[in-house]
Amino acid sequence: MSDILFVFSQPPHGRINAQEGFDALLMGSAFAECAVLFIGEGVLQLVNHQQPEAQGFKNYTLGFSALKDYGVSRIACSQSALNHYGLVEDDLIIPVETLDADCQRQWLSDFKKVLTF
Amino acid sequence: MKILINVYGAPYSSSACVSALNYAEAAIDSGHEILRVFFYHDGVYAANALASPPQDEMNLTLRWQKLALDHNLDMVACIASCLRRGIVDKTEAERYGKSAHNISDGFQISGLGQMIDATINADRVMTFGD
Repeated sequence: MSDILFVFSQPPHGRINAQEGFDALLMGSAFAECAVLFIGEGVLQLVNHQQPEAQGFKNYTLGFSALKDYGVSRIACSQSALNHYGLVEDDLIIPVETLDADCQRQWLSDFKKVLTF
Repeated sequence: MKILINVYGAPYSSSACVSALNYAEAAIDSGHEILRVFFYHDGVYAANALASPPQDEMNLTLRWQKLALDHNLDMVACIASCLRRGIVDKTEAERYGKSAHNISDGFQISGLGQMIDATINADRVMTFGD
């Protein structure tokens, strides 16, 4: 089975790109072995207890908890991005593996196909 | 080499669409095969037949159409992105009770599966826009 790495680098809700990226990940999981890596502002998607409904946006991040059911078991984020935003594991909506810069580079080189959102 | 080109950026608003177009032309000239061009996010606006840029500016929709016609390109606009942004073909216009349809010739509306399928089958995936 083909492997695809989805890199999420966009913040949630401000633009729809992050939500449409999540849609692509769900579709990808039906056809390929998919992993997801949150980097930069993308780690903000993982913050728990978001309430974008007040701004008229759907809280698509609730769907992250279903990723395991879609067979997406490799979920990671940048440790330095978490640090940058003052986030710790307890702030996140799902458990994720945290990666240092070397490990992120390793992930990026491990996958032949990378889709970035 | 088989290449998938993803276009995320809207035409005119950013350079993503024209950069993708220039890249596609150069790739074809170099003997590569464009497996598919997939328009996602605001990229789907490239398929809007109603866009009428000033005559002294480039018309990106026409340029994509010409490239597709000359080289038999498969150009797909994501259905979910299209419906949110008011790009519809005849079938979708009827399904949602709309009075008109505006997809340009040469573009097809289809699902995200087309992006995943081409990602799996391509040697290279090139994405334009963020």
